[in-house]
Parts: sequence; C-alpha cells; structure tokens
Amino acid sequence: MKASTIRRIGGRLAALLASLLIALSMAFLLGRLSGDPTATILGPMAPEEQRIELRHELGLDRPLLVQYLDYLKGVFTGDLGQSLQFYQSNTSMIMDRLPFTLQLVAAGMALAVLVGVPLGVLAATREGTWWDRAASTLALLGQSVPVFWFGMMLVVLFAVRLGWLPAGQSGTPAHLVLPALTMSVYPMAQIARLTRASMSDALAEPYIDSARARGILRRRVVWRHAFKNAMMPILTIVVLQTGILLSGAVAVEYVYSWPGLGQLALQAIQFRDFPLVQAIVVFGALVFVLLNLLVDVIHSIVDPRVR
Amino acid sequence: MTAVTEVALAPDVRPAAPKRRRTSAFWLAVPIAVIVVAVFVLPLTGLLPDTGQDLAATRRPPGWLGGGSWSHPLGTDKLGQDVLTQFVSAGRLTIVIGLVGAFVAIGPGTLLGLLAGYFRGWVDRLISILIDAQLALPFILIALAIISNRGSSLPVLFLVLSLTGWAICARVTRSATLAIRERQFVLGLRAAGASEARIVFRHILPNLAGTIVALGTLQVGTAILVESALSFLGLGVVPPMISWGSLLASGQNELSQAWWIAFFPGLAITVLVVLVNLLGDALLTHHDPRKRQR
Repeated sequence: MKASTIRRIGGRLAALLASLLIALSMAFLLGRLSGDPTATILGPMAPEEQRIELRHELGLDRPLLVQYLDYLKGVFTGDLGQSLQFYQSNTSMIMDRLPFTLQLVAAGMALAVLVGVPLGVLAATREGTWWDRAASTLALLGQSVPVFWFGMMLVVLFAVRLGWLPAGQSGTPAHLVLPALTMSVYPMAQIARLTRASMSDALAEPYIDSARARGILRRRVVWRHAFKNAMMPILTIVVLQTGILLSGAVAVEYVYSWPGLGQLALQAIQFRDFPLVQAIVVFGALVFVLLNLLVDVIHSIVDPRVR
Repeated sequence: MTAVTEVALAPDVRPAAPKRRRTSAFWLAVPIAVIVVAVFVLPLTGLLPDTGQDLAATRRPPGWLGGGSWSHPLGTDKLGQDVLTQFVSAGRLTIVIGLVGAFVAIGPGTLLGLLAGYFRGWVDRLISILIDAQLALPFILIALAIISNRGSSLPVLFLVLSLTGWAICARVTRSATLAIRERQFVLGLRAAGASEARIVFRHILPNLAGTIVALGTLQVGTAILVESALSFLGLGVVPPMISWGSLLASGQNELSQAWWIAFFPGLAITVLVVLVNLLGDALLTHHDPRKRQR
C-alpha cells in the first residue's frame, strides 16, 4: 500500500468516525432528554424514594458527562446496556435476532442484484428502445411503491388466494420467498437505475469504440470492457443498500411476522423500552458506518486509479 | 462526469443515440391536480356515502364485484364504514403531510446549503460534517429513536421528515451555490457594495429556484412514502386522524377477508408517488443544462 492510500483511507476513517460520534451522541441525548425513565418503569404513582433509589441503581444521578463517557465506553466494548422490558443484555438480544434479519437481507439483496444488474445493462445497451423504457418504468415503480403494501398484496395473492406460500412466520425456505421478494423491490430499482446510468456512461467511452473496431464480440465488449469499468458505483450502492436494508427491514418484518431485528425494535417502542431502542439504533449506525468503510476499501482494491 | 461531455462532443460516434422525448412537466401536473382536487372537493359535493357504521353491511366488496353494491363503490370495512369516504378523507391528510413534509426538509436544507456554499471556510466544513453524519444514518433509525421518545404525533412526524430530507437538499444546494458564487454578477454586486445577505437571498437564491422546486417535488414523494411506512407501523398518524398509510395499517389484519381496505390506499400512494417522481425528474432535467443536452 502506498502512503497516499493510507492517507486517503485514514481521512475517510476520520470522517466516518465523526459521523458515528454524532450519531451516537444523538442517540444518547434523545435518551436523556426524553424525561424520567423511572416514571416509565415504576409508573407515575410510584413514591419519590423508590424513584431516587432506582435512579441511583441505573446511574442516572451521576453528572451527564460521566454518563456519556460511560455510554461511549460501553458502545466500544460491545456493552449496549440492559433492556427495561426483558431484563437481559441488549447485545445478546440483538445477536439472537440478527441471523433472521441477515438471512432476509441476504436473500433480498441477492435477488435485487440478480434482477437489477441485468435489467440496467439491458436498458443501457438498448438505449431508447422499448426494453429501455420497460426497465426504466419497472425501476420507477419499484422506487414509488410502498414496499410493505407490495408485500401485503403478495400475501393476498400467493398466500390467501392461491395458497402456494405461507403468509408469515419463518422456518422453511418457502417462508423466505415472499419476504425476500418484498425486500428486494426497492434496492432492485435503485441498482437497475444506477447500472443503466453507469453503463451508459461507460459505453460512451472511446475505448469501447476502439474495442469494437478491433472486432471484439459485442457481448465481450459489454461485459468485459464496459461493465468492469461501470462496476464500482454499482458495488457501492449494493453495499450501502445492504446497510439500509439491515435497519430498514422493520416494515417488511412486520408484514410477515418475521422474528428479526425490526420486530424487536417495534416491540421495544411499544413497551417504551428506550435502552433497547437505543441499542438497536447504535448497532444499526455501527453496521452502516462499517459498510461505508468497506466500500472505500473495496474501491481502492478494485480500482487502481484511486490506489 | 467526463463521460457526459464526451457524449456531447462526439454524438455521431455512438450508434445513433436516440433523443428521448420528455413528457413535459405540465402534462404530469394535470393528473396530480386531478387527484388533489378530487380529494379536497369530493367531500364538499355530498356525493360520498356517510362515514357511519353499519353492522348489517360489514366487509362488503367493491361495487363491481359479486356481493358488492354501488352504494359503497369501494366496499366497506369490518364496521361497515364506507371505504371510499375514508379513502378520500385520508388522502387529504396524506397530501398535506407530503407538502408540509417536503417544506420542512427543503427549508433548512436550502438555507444550510446556501450558507455552506457561499461562505465556504469553517461554515462549509461544519455543515458538510453534519450533512455527512446525517446521510451516514438510515432514516428509520432516526425515526425510531425520536418516536420511541416523543411518541407519535404530527409535529414529531414533521420533525422526522425534516431530519430525513434536509441533508440531500443541502448537499445539492451547496454545490449549486458554489458554482453560482464564482459568476461575474456576484463579483459585480460585491464591487457595488451589496450586503452579503442581499447577495445570497436576493441574487443567488432566485437562481436556484428551479432546482429547489424540483428537489421539493421529489421530496413530496419521499415524504408520502415515509409517512405511509411510519403510519403503517403505528408510528406516524394516529387515530382519530387517518392517512393512506394508517388505512393500510387497518387493512393489514383484514387481508384474508377484505383485501380492498388495504388495496386502494396503497395503489393511490403508488400512483401519486410515481407521478410526483416523474414530475420532479422532468423539472430537474429542465433545470440541469447538462442533462438537457443529452
């Protein structure tokens, strides 16, 4: 690695850490500004002595700065506090639910890439034809439809009417089909749009004409010459969308009663279990920042120009 | 962006880059106006059925299906309330939220973008860090954090919409301002002794108006989608108010018996957001000379 690479990644890392710190501080402040958590735990009628005792037990009577530093220390050592509702460590609860959400995100993202990329390439190589228009329309629809509604209609059609697939819960591969399909709609649209734009730019480069002039097969020019150069933005959006899906699975998980992180977050909100909500928010932000960093690293490995 | 100029310079090298005819913004605005007028005017005409409950006519399907009747064109729900009437009144709130939601995002976004782009230096650095931090967080996390604290209400919803939309607008405004401030007329104004505030708000801002309107239009679509998702989860609009998103929520448990309760609001959201997105894209293309060339 060259010094410039290290400096570049170092700079990005500093910027990402700054965003992360802002996000963490926001989550902390929201938690502290929300009023007295003891009122939530003990109810509004609890006597004052009991509250003071609990406040002491939770460490809420310490100076705000001490609490903040303690919280940051916890975040970086993997301790995200305790749930008010389940009396369990938030970290272990998140880890219990994570595999389900990961499964859903992986399946949805795979589908989105497998459909979105060819769709975008098809549109770019046939610019202006009805293929292009159909792909663009599909992408526009995918970006405009409320995904959870799409999921509900899939349930009506495939689970209620036709009875082919289960409407909810998890377990067998058949349970995964509808949620993954629902999950893939939005990223698929994004990927298709971006692939079209990126490929269309790449296909206009002079080296494409030169490759064609040399008599290289059209398919080879498209995939080996143009696509390879158009790939970076596509890869970026795939990774970033994965981060968004990981925390954005809430509505889809709700539609299909999928026992992932999103359901956990909703449960936590319903019971005003703020420490758990905060832990999930912090976890989501951490994952998102790490994925951002991953994009940068991949970028400098794949593309020699930024090395 | 070098590729774009190359396309422009060598148009005849490529296999006949076909000119895409854009539907003009006007023709997109017409159906949107029809929807808005319908939702706001229909209730005044007295043509809509009552909102009252009718336990003798629960879960009636839409008029054109077997078992339905035209006295309830879109059917009834589990309490026998007319779906069309609810649909229309929910549409009003959805549209209002979309507009206000776009406004509360575009307002601060534009202001911060202008300041960052015009003053540069530490103002720019500070605002850029904020923009990056905001964009580095998925909106749903912010929404969850705020709503779990503040509960759900309209002001909280607008706060969430503002926080989720300002950053992208600020980023675009910032880069547009950076370009405009280098133009001759700004130098002229400064030489003539115009105040900074006057230059920014009376001369640079009007130059950005087109872009801001386009961004705002796209933001309306985003706001409607965000609102519907939050209301669907019970975190946005709460009873007795109804929006298309909260109608979807009430249709969720009725999917197996009365699919039409959830079907029409979702369809309406999709159609409206498609139209708004097309309009926003058309406006953006119109105000972006680089894209217009293509």
